[in-house]
Amino acid sequence: MAHLEIKNLHARTGDIEILKGVNLEISQGEVHALMGPNGSGKSTLSSVIMGHPDYEVTEGDILLDGESLLEMDPEERAIAGLFLCFQYPVAIPGVSISNFLKKAVDARHPEGKAPSGPFLKEMRENMAYLDMDPKFANRGLNEGFSGGEKKRMEILQMMMFKPTMAIMDETDSGLDIDALQVVSKGVNKLRGPDLGLLVITHYERILTYIQPDHLHILMEGRVVMSGGPELVKQLEENGYDWVREQASLPA
Amino acid sequence: MPEFDTDSQLVQDYKYGFYTDIETDTLPKGLNEEVIAMISAKKEEPTWMLEWRLKAFRRWQKMKDPKWAFLDFPEIDYQDIHYYSAPKQAVESAELDPELQKTFERLGIPLNERDALSGVAMDVVFDSVSVGTTHQEMLEEQGIIFCSISEAIQNHPELVRQYLGTVVPPGDNFYAALNSAVFTDGSFCYIPKGVKCPVELSTYFRINAADTGQFERTLIVCDDNATCSYLEGCTAPQRDTNQLHAAVVEIVALENADVKYSTVQNWYAGDEEGKGGIYNFVTKRGHCRGRNSKISWTQVEVGAAITWKYPSCVLEGDNSVGEFYSVAFTNNHMQADTGTKMIHVGKNTSSTIVSKGISAGKSANNYRGLVQVMDGAKHARNHSACDSLLIGRECSANTFPYIECEEDSAALAHEATTSNISEDQLFYLQSRGISEEDAASMVVKGFCKDVFKQLPLEFSVEAVKLLEIKLEGSIG
Repeated sequence: MAHLEIKNLHARTGDIEILKGVNLEISQGEVHALMGPNGSGKSTLSSVIMGHPDYEVTEGDILLDGESLLEMDPEERAIAGLFLCFQYPVAIPGVSISNFLKKAVDARHPEGKAPSGPFLKEMRENMAYLDMDPKFANRGLNEGFSGGEKKRMEILQMMMFKPTMAIMDETDSGLDIDALQVVSKGVNKLRGPDLGLLVITHYERILTYIQPDHLHILMEGRVVMSGGPELVKQLEENGYDWVREQASLPA
Repeated sequence: MPEFDTDSQLVQDYKYGFYTDIETDTLPKGLNEEVIAMISAKKEEPTWMLEWRLKAFRRWQKMKDPKWAFLDFPEIDYQDIHYYSAPKQAVESAELDPELQKTFERLGIPLNERDALSGVAMDVVFDSVSVGTTHQEMLEEQGIIFCSISEAIQNHPELVRQYLGTVVPPGDNFYAALNSAVFTDGSFCYIPKGVKCPVELSTYFRINAADTGQFERTLIVCDDNATCSYLEGCTAPQRDTNQLHAAVVEIVALENADVKYSTVQNWYAGDEEGKGGIYNFVTKRGHCRGRNSKISWTQVEVGAAITWKYPSCVLEGDNSVGEFYSVAFTNNHMQADTGTKMIHVGKNTSSTIVSKGISAGKSANNYRGLVQVMDGAKHARNHSACDSLLIGRECSANTFPYIECEEDSAALAHEATTSNISEDQLFYLQSRGISEEDAASMVVKGFCKDVFKQLPLEFSVEAVKLLEIKLEGSIG
């Protein structure tokens, strides 16, 4: 069973230390939510887990199934079972979605090449599930996409790559209610014993669609509070100042 | 940004860099009227052709080589070049020398009909002579003439005389004048009225001999309502010294004619220190002479130490269309100054320019283009898009778009972008399980897609592979 363990993680970009000792554990089959005010380090955490070269880990470790990810390139982490749903997916002009997906699926295939027939069938089925026009497959990756289209594209990739551990970085930001429902539908389809999920968000809204088993609150580069689903409501009612008080952090 | 280092792998990967040891008939180095007379005599040319060459030579002697391009290279000693070199046997007998046969097998160019690609008729030029043209009979049945220009001068003098030098006059520029004086071979195509050429016409240019200039001359005439698609490919051995390739290509499109001209240029580009390589100084121009005619240039330039080349269209016929699609890749110390000229003369003429420059290593990659709308070219339209992609920090890219418009009703649009391969793009693709090198190659191929899709299908696949090989070692 896949298990992600973040141990006393410190990371910085340039001279600025952003993560100051994050501890977090996620097992396959669990859904964790991570909330926190602006600037608390939420997006940094997802970038560091995936191995973005802008960040340097200065202390601590990230383990997937007991193996440290720190020396691994992003592509090795992906093949080990990790997936990051980007907050701002970049466009790769001229690279069609179908070509891109095939290349990425091939990279995971034990023989280095997945058979085309089943691949195309699965891609079409998943696209239909996410209410995506089949013609979309010929478009350039994220090229001229709306915010909602980009996020659907991220979920489509998650469905195709079947990660054991996925991180969703503010997937709900900038989505209207219809797009949020479609995205949540995709995520809930994947939810189950095979997937460990970390939903990073700014708003409680997405957590009514994707209900977490655990909630963690990140402040000033540390997880300062953890709890069950009931914490979502408490946070909604009392706000981050209440968290600060509880965690005895300066206001 | 991670540092990209460009290493010598590119050079090692130039699998066309071998030399064929073959007995040749070579004229001594140097250029004068006597040498030109000897070239003409070897080709058994009529007197008018020799006169034409000598006239061009006298023009050339009064001209200076152009300095306006953004290129840096030492003065060329034009007396230190062989102007004619031909494999002996190719000239003396009808049978192809087995060494030559082997050479072209190694290059992947089948010379006999049996192995020839079914959809492609091919003329092959080795140094100064054409060594064979495939599919001749099948083309002749349709009245299509596809042969070397030397043969055309002998067998179809009236057509050659009618069109040669009418698109690129001998005095057009320094290199064109030189070419007009000393050109040795190239292809001639004539597509008669109403004929749609059923196969791709193709010429493969190979430079083999050392210290030899290759002066190719190609003339394509598409008569009323005729169409053809033509492709040229080029390679040369790997050498420490620079070699000159100064070609002239002329295209004439008459009423409703449609000509597509594609180039995959992979001349030896020199080593990682910039030593050796081909100087590719080429004048290519098409003349849309008839109404509703169309000329489309597609070029994939991945070789040559220096490229100086501006395939152009003169849009004289009303409603005529000119297109230019270009991918130019430079690495190490390569220099490219390339682009196009679209000259709008007729009414409702339109042109499209899509240029993609990719620079790596310490190379310099420049787009230079002119869109000119003459008085009376009512409702002329042009759309230009020039994009540059930089790999690493030591290379450069420049865009020089010139627009001259004398017509109020013209509609002209120009877009230009310059970008680095972005770290965010690489990280995004890597986070999906794709290696850094594959990710970079994917970004570059995506960047070039609008040009590659213009190439005939099988060449498009080849061009993509070629670019992949060129990118290996330039990223990562």
